[in-house]
Amino acid sequence: MATTTTTRSFLQAVATEEVATPLRVVQMEGLVILKIIKHCKDHSPSLVTGQLLGLDVGSVLEVTNCFPFPMREDDEEIEADGANYQLEMMRCLREVNVDNNTVGWYQSTLLGSYQTVELIETFMNYQENIRRCVCIIYDPSRADQGVLALKALKLSDSFMELYRSNNFTGEKLREKNLSWVDIFEEIPIKVSNSALISAFMTELEPDTPVTQCDYDRLQLSTSSLMERNMEFLIECMDDLSLEQQKFQFHYRSLSRQQAQQQAWLQKRRAENMSRRAAGEEPLPEEDPANPIFKPLPEPSRLESFLITNQISNYCNQINGVAGQSFNRLYLMKALHEE
Amino acid sequence: MAASNRTVLQFSSSSSSSQSLSAKVHPLVIFNICDCYVRRPDQAERVIGTLLGSVLPDGTVDIRNSYAVPHNESVDQVALDIEYHHNMLLSHQKVNQKEIIVGWYSTGLGVTGGSALIHEFYSREVPNPIHLTVDTGFTTGGSIIKAYVSNNLSLGDRQIAAQFQEIPLDLRMVEAERVGYDTLKATTVDKIPSDLEGMEASMEHLLALIDDIYKYVDDVVEGRVAPDNKIGKFISDAVGSLPKLPPSDFDKLVNDSLQDHLLMLYLSSITRTQLSLAEKLNTAAQIL
Repeated sequence: MATTTTTRSFLQAVATEEVATPLRVVQMEGLVILKIIKHCKDHSPSLVTGQLLGLDVGSVLEVTNCFPFPMREDDEEIEADGANYQLEMMRCLREVNVDNNTVGWYQSTLLGSYQTVELIETFMNYQENIRRCVCIIYDPSRADQGVLALKALKLSDSFMELYRSNNFTGEKLREKNLSWVDIFEEIPIKVSNSALISAFMTELEPDTPVTQCDYDRLQLSTSSLMERNMEFLIECMDDLSLEQQKFQFHYRSLSRQQAQQQAWLQKRRAENMSRRAAGEEPLPEEDPANPIFKPLPEPSRLESFLITNQISNYCNQINGVAGQSFNRLYLMKALHEE
Repeated sequence: MAASNRTVLQFSSSSSSSQSLSAKVHPLVIFNICDCYVRRPDQAERVIGTLLGSVLPDGTVDIRNSYAVPHNESVDQVALDIEYHHNMLLSHQKVNQKEIIVGWYSTGLGVTGGSALIHEFYSREVPNPIHLTVDTGFTTGGSIIKAYVSNNLSLGDRQIAAQFQEIPLDLRMVEAERVGYDTLKATTVDKIPSDLEGMEASMEHLLALIDDIYKYVDDVVEGRVAPDNKIGKFISDAVGSLPKLPPSDFDKLVNDSLQDHLLMLYLSSITRTQLSLAEKLNTAAQIL
């Protein structure tokens, strides 16, 4: 009796394990944060990437270590070298007992302009090998404002499904009820440190009440950041209007084609009418060989979705920076009046 | 490596003759060392590894990166995995060529007998390496991280001892302050502070400081605290650094910038509205 219950519970355990719990939190070690920041900052303003190592525990993805990739080169030989580098690094890190399991990658970005097709492609590549992976995005340009601009992203499941079928027509999107907001999912980041590090940092924390972070945050001039944000926004707007033109062009040719089809059909019907009057067999009302019946391919909406995402990201950043500036301005006013 | 029964002489910085060399540590190095120590193999007492960085123009050694090197240690013998060390160095230099070996680290308190041998190995890699010791056991209440340079003491042709001289170490880690000690010193932080939360914290800091100064000045004025000329000078400097502007000009400045920002906010809101509207139209207007 007892054995049957245990086997059943085993079976149940196996059955329940099949259902993957959704990823809720990315738990990063302070070490990883510092490593990412150092790598991205050292090479700023060029953009860099690196690999995240860690463990996948239930709904939490633990990122316990990472290593940087060398700067990307187009040369094929160097690319093979890069793969070697990756293997070598993993092997070396395993030797000192670092978690040897890839959980994603990190990359730096300039003012949050990361929503590109490349990112999605990289993501799909990673997703093929690792069931659960994240992309950590760090923005060194915003660090000067005293902001820790770290973000953990993943592609939403519905988007991945659609991307695999590579079908971004308006109809499909409506069917799936997918809008541009649903491409990326942001996952909340938790920071954890070992007790040893916590002890060291408490010991080493200086007594001074003001830190570099405070200086950075209370810096009054943000105009350069705003300007660049605006510039990027305007560029994106141009891109978006180009995309829109593509669609307009598509719709115009679509309606032209439909008009042609209609005309052809009328002609055929008139012809059939006369044939019937003459007692002949009517011709079919469809002619697949005719080029005007070939369906026009609808341009993919992926690009415009990404641009829209980008724009909304810039808007958010502008809001954030403006909010901070308001704070600073009122603070300064109050100080001045005192 | 060969057996060691060499004498090690250890000097603290206070007993030193004037030495211009000093070192600066990036917080990453300490995090890395701690992480390696936590993950050390079962039987290992300590971890050792290579320090990477550069020498700044003013002679300060800037320690910016590190990696652990596996080693074996018995009573009087030390074996370092030199091949591993070289592989790792090559890998690191592919990413950042500017970082070269500047020395090595070891956990534990102070310099031990085996250290002289490892130090000798590193002096073949780079002239005058730095030896960083990190006391992961917190055995003394005082400073836990120390840096040393070494000289050989010899009498005639015979080497008597390796002398380790402590050098000043700058532990004020600006990079860690940028991230925020609140994030780094807790064992778990549920959430990274957002823009505005960070701003709030900074403003609270500032207000607390202003309150402190108020209290101090009041106390001095009322004779409760002995005045300190140095602090008075600092306060007057701080007050003096506020630009003198006629109130009307100041108001104009503030209002102008407020309006600029408001305009930006307005623009970004319009854009967002436009986006959501466009999205609805784009996916709906398919039926022709």
